[in-house]
Amino acid sequence: MSSEKKPPVIVVLQLTGGNDYFNSVIPYTDSNYYDSRKTFPVSQDDVVKLDNSMGLHPTMEPLKAIYEQGDMAIIHGVGYENSPRSHFRSMDIWHTCEPDTVGTEGWLGKAIRDIDPRGENPIIGVNIGQALPRALVVPGVPVASVNDLTTYGLLTNVEEENKRAQILERFSNMYGQAIGTGPVNDYLARTGLDALKGADILKRGLGKYSSNVEYGTDNISKSLRDVAMIHTADLGTRIFYTQHGSFDTHASQKPVFDKLWTEVSRAINDFWADLREHDADDNVVMFLFSEFGRRVRDNGSGTDHGAAGVCFAIGPSVKGGMYSEYPNTNADALEQGDLVPNQDFRGVYSTLLDDWMSLDPVSIVGGHFERPKFIEDTLVTV
Amino acid sequence: MKNIESIAEIAHLMRRAGFGAHRDELEQLVAIGYEAAVEGLLDPSEELMPADDYLLYRYLPSTEVGGPNPVPGAANWLYNMVNTDRLLEEKMALFWHQVFATGNSKVDNGNHLTYQIQMFREHGTGNYRDLLIKLAQNPAMIYWLDNHENHKRAPNENWGRELLELFSLGVGNYTEKDVFECARAFTGWTIGAKMPRAPHHRFSWHYEFHPEQHDYSEKTFLGETGNFDGEDIIDIILQQDACSRFVARHLYNFFVEDEPQVPSWSIEPPRNPEAIDLLARTFVDANFEIKPVLRVLFNSEFFKNATYKKVKSPVEVVINTLRVTGDALGPDPRLLELGQYPGYMGQSLHDPPSVEGWHTGKEWVNTGSVVQRINFVADHFSNVDLPGVKSIVSHVISNGEVMTPEKLVDRCLEYMGPVQASDKTRSELVTHAKSEGPLDCSDNQGDDVARRIGDMLALIGSTVEYQYC
Repeated sequence: MSSEKKPPVIVVLQLTGGNDYFNSVIPYTDSNYYDSRKTFPVSQDDVVKLDNSMGLHPTMEPLKAIYEQGDMAIIHGVGYENSPRSHFRSMDIWHTCEPDTVGTEGWLGKAIRDIDPRGENPIIGVNIGQALPRALVVPGVPVASVNDLTTYGLLTNVEEENKRAQILERFSNMYGQAIGTGPVNDYLARTGLDALKGADILKRGLGKYSSNVEYGTDNISKSLRDVAMIHTADLGTRIFYTQHGSFDTHASQKPVFDKLWTEVSRAINDFWADLREHDADDNVVMFLFSEFGRRVRDNGSGTDHGAAGVCFAIGPSVKGGMYSEYPNTNADALEQGDLVPNQDFRGVYSTLLDDWMSLDPVSIVGGHFERPKFIEDTLVTV
Repeated sequence: MKNIESIAEIAHLMRRAGFGAHRDELEQLVAIGYEAAVEGLLDPSEELMPADDYLLYRYLPSTEVGGPNPVPGAANWLYNMVNTDRLLEEKMALFWHQVFATGNSKVDNGNHLTYQIQMFREHGTGNYRDLLIKLAQNPAMIYWLDNHENHKRAPNENWGRELLELFSLGVGNYTEKDVFECARAFTGWTIGAKMPRAPHHRFSWHYEFHPEQHDYSEKTFLGETGNFDGEDIIDIILQQDACSRFVARHLYNFFVEDEPQVPSWSIEPPRNPEAIDLLARTFVDANFEIKPVLRVLFNSEFFKNATYKKVKSPVEVVINTLRVTGDALGPDPRLLELGQYPGYMGQSLHDPPSVEGWHTGKEWVNTGSVVQRINFVADHFSNVDLPGVKSIVSHVISNGEVMTPEKLVDRCLEYMGPVQASDKTRSELVTHAKSEGPLDCSDNQGDDVARRIGDMLALIGSTVEYQYC
């Protein structure tokens, strides 16, 4: 047991493409579910029951134990008013907390700026994936974006160690000298140096990692393993971001949805086992969201874009259970055939930012929103 | 030294009006002269062919369906940009994609996005009035901005608003009433749909006019009153000073130097007001033909003086690299993956973040995208098996001498661009070259010579200077 209090860390897992809420957390006593989902219903027998009305999709079985230990919060009906039902626009809104205008600053980028206003550690935020998500982008705020941790770095075309060190020194000098030669050059040079520094810290800090957990070979397993490697190396990273998908199941929903959730559930379980093995789980909260849920009535093969979705928060510091309410599934309560959100996503973010990360949520999410209290009241203290 | 200046000038033209050219092409163009090179871009001869889409479909059938790929149509477009001989047409298609930004995120119909880009190829250097009418009748656009939901009794303003705000005039040059009247004039401009051929395919759309949905009553738009339909609205738009200036400003931002982002145009004046005046005036005088404006632009001093003043867009990084190094020519099986690379760097083709298009200039670069940009360039230019790199190597060593480190650096800078490196950058490059001493090109050490040059090209590709276009 570590004697000092470790700073809180958040791991965001984005379910890209619009995860089907109605099929993930199933109100298995609700006849509306069986009336609307005739193509691929999950029978009452197959639902992984959490209580006497709600259960998980069978592929999410590995999450049941976490829920029963009280380490998983299910936050119902999350979204915002007037959902545009567009992937990109909706994802943008989730990323920037700007439902009415096109925002340029991501909510987690702002959080990174608040944690490290002078940008001293370029890996306070780490994205595992190809492109940096908008959630992490604030101009001038460095973030590492790692596609493959084993090969991450600049100028990886040079393989030989000594030569690479030399080349990177040249790079560092060139970029350092470009500072002060004009505003755009300044910006480009600082960005290049931050990327170099981040890659350097990651390269030096890793290497010691070993684990008895055997992760799967799918992408989300690899990504969460990379998160575990960086987190257990204690490099000061506070915000991790990764994603899996595509959950955009307009067609062939059954095989696609089943495969994705099988992978995600297993990867989550492996990830937490790995952190426990390294005694590194106490200060971590994992957060799952998707840009929207899907239409209540299936279309004969899949489901179309919807509105309200579900979020999950997982970790020893999470106060497990159900939060908010399952939206009314009666036909006359739906909007354009979709579940209506009853919990603003910015309230969920506020809980994570304030109760967990001890940051001021108001400036980050742009206002005050009702907060589900899913973080344990007392943090792990000395 | 005239030749060196001419090469640099032509190289600049080809980077901006096309996607960059290799040395042999540049030398051919220098021989015919700058102005003739501009004319060749504006009016490509019949022998210059667009990319052959049918060849692509034959080798990569999934690109024809436009459904299951990560971003449908991105590979198709990448293939077109890498293989076309009609460079300015292709670059203008990219320009209009940035202005009339339409996204698969909502359209969810890769084929129709591809058709829209094809329409930009065909009309993007023609007449702007025709282009706006084609755009108003383009199925992907109609769906993107909900004009199929724009009915006489229930007007939907989305298209009407964006036509004025983002496609022709800019904020501050119309009222909310004008938006509403504009929307009414386009009621009934909608799409018909044919059933898909297979469950995973998308609907095939076509433009239809539905008279019963059209509002034939009187409208008052930008001070004029009449029973306007969409074409009348476009004619009235063209009469506004703001319209020619809006297009001029976009062209300047795309081809000359980075301007502030579009939403701030109503409050931020242009960097070069005389240039905008000139382009706008030319546009009006030419009756909204686009080519004459481009001709004036490319031949202007402000264009020629703007070398390396724009941050390369991700598409420019990727296409320039592939074309110059000669990688992924033809229907290459890696196109599906390569099509995503601009997206990894922040510019997902067919999927702009919103109807506002991308934020350009330095906003292309962040700590994530900079790694992707540099490594993509370095991985290609250090690969001395690629035909384009081989060609650069043979130019660099063409005088067969023992090169000093300084000479090696200068020749690499020259044949890779020419790239304009600052003294400090150059001195770091020289330090690197010195670590392996002079380069003896005469001693049959071919592999090692090529490797050293490839490493130098990669390092040049990683410089701050190389982030510019």
